[in-house]
Amino acid sequence: MASGTSLPLEYSTKQNEMNILGFWIFLGAEIVLFSTLFAGYAVLEHNTAGGPAGSDIFIMKDVMIQTFLLLTSSFTCSLAIHQMRNNNLKGLITWLLITMALGLGFLYMEINEFIHYVHEGATMQTSAFLSAFFTLLGTHGAHVTLGIGWLTLLIIQLVKRGITPVTARKTFIISLYWHFLDVVWIFIFTFVYLKGLM
Amino acid sequence: MSLDQILVTGDPMILASQIAILITMIALIVGISYFKKWKYLWSEWFTTVDHKKIGIMYILAGVIMFFRGGVDGLMMKAQTSRPNMEFLDAQHYDEIFTTHGVIMILFMAMPLLIGIMNVVIPLQIGARDVAFPKLNALSFWTFFVGAMLFNISFVIGGSPDAGWTSYFPLAGKEFTPGVGNNYYAISLQIAGIGTLATGINFIVTILKMRAPGMTLMKMPMFTWTSLVTSVIIVAAFPILTVALAFMTLDRLFGTHFFTVAGGGDPMLWLNLFWLWGHPEVYIVVLPAFGMFSEVISTFSRKNLYGYSSMVISIVGIAFLSMLVWVHHFYTMGNSAAVNSVFSITTMAIAIPTGVKIFNWLFTMRKGRIQFSTAMLWSLAFIPCFTIGGVTGVMLAMAAADYQYHNTMFLVAHFHYVLIPGVVFAVFAGLYYWWPKMFGFKLNEKIGKWHFWLFVIGFNLTFMPMFFVGLDGMTRRMYTYSEGLGWEAWLGVSAVGSLIMAAGFAALCYNIYWSFRFASREVGNDPWDARTLEWTMASPAPHYNFAVVPEVDSIDPLWKMKKKGIKAFTKKDLKPIHMPSNSGIPIIMGIAFGIVGFFLVFEWFTLAAIWSLGIIGGLIANSFDYDDGYYVPVDEITKTEGLDDTERKWKGDQ
Repeated sequence: MASGTSLPLEYSTKQNEMNILGFWIFLGAEIVLFSTLFAGYAVLEHNTAGGPAGSDIFIMKDVMIQTFLLLTSSFTCSLAIHQMRNNNLKGLITWLLITMALGLGFLYMEINEFIHYVHEGATMQTSAFLSAFFTLLGTHGAHVTLGIGWLTLLIIQLVKRGITPVTARKTFIISLYWHFLDVVWIFIFTFVYLKGLM
Repeated sequence: MSLDQILVTGDPMILASQIAILITMIALIVGISYFKKWKYLWSEWFTTVDHKKIGIMYILAGVIMFFRGGVDGLMMKAQTSRPNMEFLDAQHYDEIFTTHGVIMILFMAMPLLIGIMNVVIPLQIGARDVAFPKLNALSFWTFFVGAMLFNISFVIGGSPDAGWTSYFPLAGKEFTPGVGNNYYAISLQIAGIGTLATGINFIVTILKMRAPGMTLMKMPMFTWTSLVTSVIIVAAFPILTVALAFMTLDRLFGTHFFTVAGGGDPMLWLNLFWLWGHPEVYIVVLPAFGMFSEVISTFSRKNLYGYSSMVISIVGIAFLSMLVWVHHFYTMGNSAAVNSVFSITTMAIAIPTGVKIFNWLFTMRKGRIQFSTAMLWSLAFIPCFTIGGVTGVMLAMAAADYQYHNTMFLVAHFHYVLIPGVVFAVFAGLYYWWPKMFGFKLNEKIGKWHFWLFVIGFNLTFMPMFFVGLDGMTRRMYTYSEGLGWEAWLGVSAVGSLIMAAGFAALCYNIYWSFRFASREVGNDPWDARTLEWTMASPAPHYNFAVVPEVDSIDPLWKMKKKGIKAFTKKDLKPIHMPSNSGIPIIMGIAFGIVGFFLVFEWFTLAAIWSLGIIGGLIANSFDYDDGYYVPVDEITKTEGLDDTERKWKGDQ
């Protein structure tokens, strides 16, 4: 059921078009989800209940490294899609692996950050501010973790099947997801870390 | 934890329920095994991805939940029928009004509406299935295990008892230490995943899978309302997801979102809950409006009056529905300015709703009205719902609401909105689309009994509650003393609830009777209707349309019948691509249920182990490259009964 030759491979079937549209709508739901988490954080961020405030615990250097890793991974993810459009399977897989490595680096930094906070006595149970902080950051981190698992499955399928309409669609959708996590991170960086340090 | 700490003990009614549940389960398992039906159930129902079968399962679950929620309601009515009754104690009463509310909204109204949407929408738009059939099955199974998890709470561990709204701080661990509210948080979360997926599924289905020629403004009204409902689902359900996640974290992991001592804010829960909860009202009522539109148009033998104003008012209602949530707590410390804004947005909803009411009236004007059971429900809906709407405007006035807030007046109001708005619609929809689902009509004579008993019972039950509310009776009062002047009202109300229950029994009897005795000769178009779902045989074949029709107007079937256009000839047939069944959704659903159960009891290791089942399901699905199969032309020819080469509309024969 090819619906035109000028469209990229991932849009080549009706089912693919529907999957991609469905995923965009899902991302809409994700925006609502994260907006609600941000709103909860905004309500509670000053309620430290005698525990540490953001400015007491945030370490800007580590946050900058995380930001750099995740933003770069978004760029490499785009390069992967570029390779897919050129029908270069090897390039596609290479850039996806690099994306994944950067994502893992981000997660490593984030987990270290959390462990550091816990050692400082800043846990989810300390105050409403920290409950909201860990939930917002944790939800984002869980999304990154899921994305890495998903990428692993996808790379196995690409190795097995090459670039087909189905694998191209899956790759394109995961790239949407990955960029979305990046966008969320920009908001976290701004409204959690920068604002918290002000 | 020992067994008697898990099972609820000490109440004879609950002991009886436990025994009844056990016997029913054993009887089901023995019965299915004896009749050797496991394979049939597995291959035809549990693993199905057919939207019609999924819809039927939703409807069945919804009817069972209606029974459960209805029994809760009857028990409350019995308890308040006389002053100082000792039928239920305060705790038991609290549990029952909580489960009644949750079950009726989330596990009765939602599945019945989503079930009818599932059956009808693809048929109305000329599609072979929904956009994501396997996801649709997963939606059903997560809803179903969520509902079952919630339902077992009253025999295992104890029911939630903080109201269907579960306001903090009452719903927090400090004031409600048992597992009841864990059930609330986790079962709603599981069911919510399914609902969100349904929303996405139907948006894509309606936007992408319409028959050629069916532009957005030529869609049937039920399809329009379902589209808008799906959009509200996507916009509102993630808010519930987050609110429930906060609740779960507070209760299970000791965080402080809503606990004042840790800096939390209970009003955050109220705002998030109603930011979802108010749109939820429109999520359930809009598809109902769509069903009434179809039924009224068909049985008035006229096209729907004011189609585009209908569409505009639906979209307007959807937009406004996100802007009114504060009216649920005018009395909880907002400034006068905030209350005024929300007062105005709330009253503004009356405008598009009024437009719709007048459109239905004008559709009937000068129509040749047929008083079928489906039409009777639609006719009863208009005055009853208008009472609910008008009292809603009374409640919308913030200053006046200080008088009505949390009284029985409010309870009467929302029952007058939701029962005519949703339950009457579901009944109308069931009578109307039943032949398309099963190939026979529900009996009209028993249907009339069902209708009159239910409508009279409904008014007797809820009308008195307006008056006791104005007399000062607050909601959720489990008992009251003599001499307050409420006895007569509440007595009538209790009798009314019994009449309403008799109406429901008449529906169940009708289903039984019609299954056994109703004529199977209903043809494809038993009501002389107007839209595409009536072009194919009843019950609909599994591939829906042998040939997808071309559409060039609203009410395409009506036009085809008028012009005598033939549906298709034998040479138009081509093999039809269909999706394959899958066991992954039900297995993932069960895994969700088990993980949820362990989380309720805070057994985290077991929950973590079983969550591997969910992850395994996701992985299996990722590697599932099953591309479906083709239905060969021979089979279609045989199913369609094409002995001659031309198929005619039933109306022509």
